[in-house]
Amino acid sequence: MFDQLTARLTEAIQRVTGKGRITEDNVRDTVRTIRMALLEADVAVPVAKAFVDRVRDRALGEEVVRSLNPGQAFVKIVHDELVTVLGGEASPLAPRGQPGVIMLVGLQGAGKTTTAGKLARHLTERGGAVLLVSTDVYRPAAREQLATLAADLGVGFFKTDSNDPATIATEALASAQRGGQRWLILDTAGRLHVDTEMMAEARELHRLVEPSETLFVVDSMAGQDAVNSARAFHEALPLTGVILTKTDGDARGGVALSVREVTGLPIKLVGTGEKVDALEAFVPERFASRILGMGDVVGLVEQVQQSVNREEMERVAGKLKEGKRLSLEDYREQLRQLVNMGGIGQLLDKLPGVKPEQLAAASAKIDPKQFRRQIGIIDSMTPAERRQPSLIDGSRKRRIAAGAGLPVQEVSRLLKQHEQLTKTMKQLTKRGGMQRLLGAMRGGGGGGGPPPFRGRR
Amino acid sequence: MAVEAKEKQGTGFFAKLKARLNRGKTWLTGDLLGLGSRPLDEATVEELETRLLTADVGVDATQWLLDEMRKANRRTPGAPASELLRQTALALMQTVEAPLVISAAHKPFVILAIGVNGTGKTTTVGKLAHRLKASGASVMLAAADTFRAAAVEQLQEWGRRAGVPVIAQAPGADPAAVVHDALVAARARNIDVVLADTAGRLHTAAGLMDELEKVKRVIARFDATAPHETLLVLDGSQGQNALAQALRFNERLKVTGLVITKLDGTAKGGILLAIARQLRLPIRYVAVGESAEDLDVFRAEEFVRALVGDGAG
Ligand SMILES: Nc1nc2c(ncn2[C@@H]2O[C@H](COP(=O)(O)OP(=O)(O)O)[C@@H](O)[C@H]2O)c(=O)[nH]1
Ligand SMILES: [Mg+2]
Repeated sequence: MFDQLTARLTEAIQRVTGKGRITEDNVRDTVRTIRMALLEADVAVPVAKAFVDRVRDRALGEEVVRSLNPGQAFVKIVHDELVTVLGGEASPLAPRGQPGVIMLVGLQGAGKTTTAGKLARHLTERGGAVLLVSTDVYRPAAREQLATLAADLGVGFFKTDSNDPATIATEALASAQRGGQRWLILDTAGRLHVDTEMMAEARELHRLVEPSETLFVVDSMAGQDAVNSARAFHEALPLTGVILTKTDGDARGGVALSVREVTGLPIKLVGTGEKVDALEAFVPERFASRILGMGDVVGLVEQVQQSVNREEMERVAGKLKEGKRLSLEDYREQLRQLVNMGGIGQLLDKLPGVKPEQLAAASAKIDPKQFRRQIGIIDSMTPAERRQPSLIDGSRKRRIAAGAGLPVQEVSRLLKQHEQLTKTMKQLTKRGGMQRLLGAMRGGGGGGGPPPFRGRR
Repeated sequence: MAVEAKEKQGTGFFAKLKARLNRGKTWLTGDLLGLGSRPLDEATVEELETRLLTADVGVDATQWLLDEMRKANRRTPGAPASELLRQTALALMQTVEAPLVISAAHKPFVILAIGVNGTGKTTTVGKLAHRLKASGASVMLAAADTFRAAAVEQLQEWGRRAGVPVIAQAPGADPAAVVHDALVAARARNIDVVLADTAGRLHTAAGLMDELEKVKRVIARFDATAPHETLLVLDGSQGQNALAQALRFNERLKVTGLVITKLDGTAKGGILLAIARQLRLPIRYVAVGESAEDLDVFRAEEFVRALVGDGAG
């Protein structure tokens, strides 16, 4: 996510020479780069253009904050504006009437049914009894899908013999009224916005159940056409909000901006996984960075660190499995990798929109100085010492310390760390823990080892 | 018995789309009256750039297409822009036109359908079952989506409609075991084609990609030449992420063919051009609706005609 845009922005920014003030001249390249970034994130073409133009007009002539060049300042303005546009007050879901009806609509495959289950859980947890109903009489086993989810959740599911969506909806509403449920969640069939019959059906259902909330469920991977469908749904029904699904992937999710721009509706919730609890509040900051492809900065550093460690650990694990021990040479190699990552700190420093406290948090995780010292110590050893650290007695320690220009304690500390690491590694391999550890690092899933390929989500 | 997935002439998806929805003349240039005869001047290039980006072609592939058009324009100066675009896009898409041939040498011929959540895998498997059965093949379905609620029932309904058997296990079962069961049953019953439906998964979920690799391994243990087709199902209304999906799934599972679904909406599926350029994966089918017959063999000519027009202006 972070990759290309950063590279291109840096390039564009370097081309910008003027300093001190944002002018037409010195932001032209940056404007184009940002527009392309938005388009690559699937922001609709007209939305991207209007957005960037607006931001540029706002930015022109603006004094550039010290330490930022005009390009960076512009990106920061874009970022802040994105946060503003994506934000806006998302009123919490509140029932109007008894029950409060939530109607979910959207294209096929957007994730409505899964979201209905998640919403049921979300609302039940907050103390309101929920009744679920599906009017999807078209897709095979659509109603069974929701019924299964409801049963798993222990939430009511409205069952009827009728195959007519309007009848099902009316009966479900009456049932929730009688049953005293606080919420009725109405899952509807996926439909194309150009399907006039199906859109008429949606309007009819809406008229019959008078929802408190009519939520447009949209796939975060949606492309350019999402503006057209969002607009058409909003025109056909008065929508009240948006739920963005499948955000756990690597889609940049420009659709969030497109839908927000054309409907003006708040994004109320985001789906973050297949599990029924994977429903979260929408955080505009996080999404602004994501659309611009800058990622969450601290999160990024953690990610890089993890990937470096992982590769290294896999190599080391292989070695240990073959019964070899971890030499100081291996240890030095690991340290070198960590030092290389220090370069990221410098990169972050240049990045727009990075808050000082984020930078501090990021650099606290990587202290290249400390690692460089340790590398220096290992450099001063003889190859034999590196392979067999037990050779290192008091006088050798003093020699090494002098060579590295550091106190003897530093050498002792390094040796202790190395010993500790070797021990930990051994234990992990012995208990089969290494596999688990690697698995945990790889999948980010809990380390408690469910058997692979079963019930793993 | 040789099984051929044959395309009936004249009932291609372009014709269907035209009949079903009032899309206008073409997806891309239909409302750009006059573009047809305009030469490739900078104003036209800019206009085309916008159109291509709006069709989900993506920044890279759009630039590439426009560059190629400029080159072609130098060879034949003054050629109409629409003709340049048509030729360039057609040449590209022809490199990925390769209909699926179901060879009788493999019995059963094993097709594994994969993709992210909600792209239309189950529906496509159902449609394919219908199509292959109609062409005279005996077909069996493997319900290897053991994760999503009622996914098995969904496939069973398609099986009922197509009149083909569905092998399934209890929810939560090992998908590889389900596929294995189906392969054994298919061999015993002398079945021609086994279609395995799998659970949707994001290409970024490493553990779930491992799971698919295992399914593939189990199939290969049964028949070293199988699966004979690893079919990635992409949602035609998705944007640039579809390219990431194709890249990742191909990396891990060696995709041999693509299906692009939901082209019955107003989304243009332009991401196919980007995928064609970067990956050269054969595009097998396009889906244009939810009924059994809404699946057509991909034809570059038709796709490009739908996208750009037929040059008649
Ligand atoms: N309009 C349209 N809808 C489709 C098409 N293919 C599948 N669908 C719908 O997309 C939704 C998801 O399909 P499904 O096969 O369950 O997706 P899976 O999760 O990948 O197996 C269902 O509502 C299907 O009816 C298509 O070509 N056009
Ligand atoms: Mg499915």
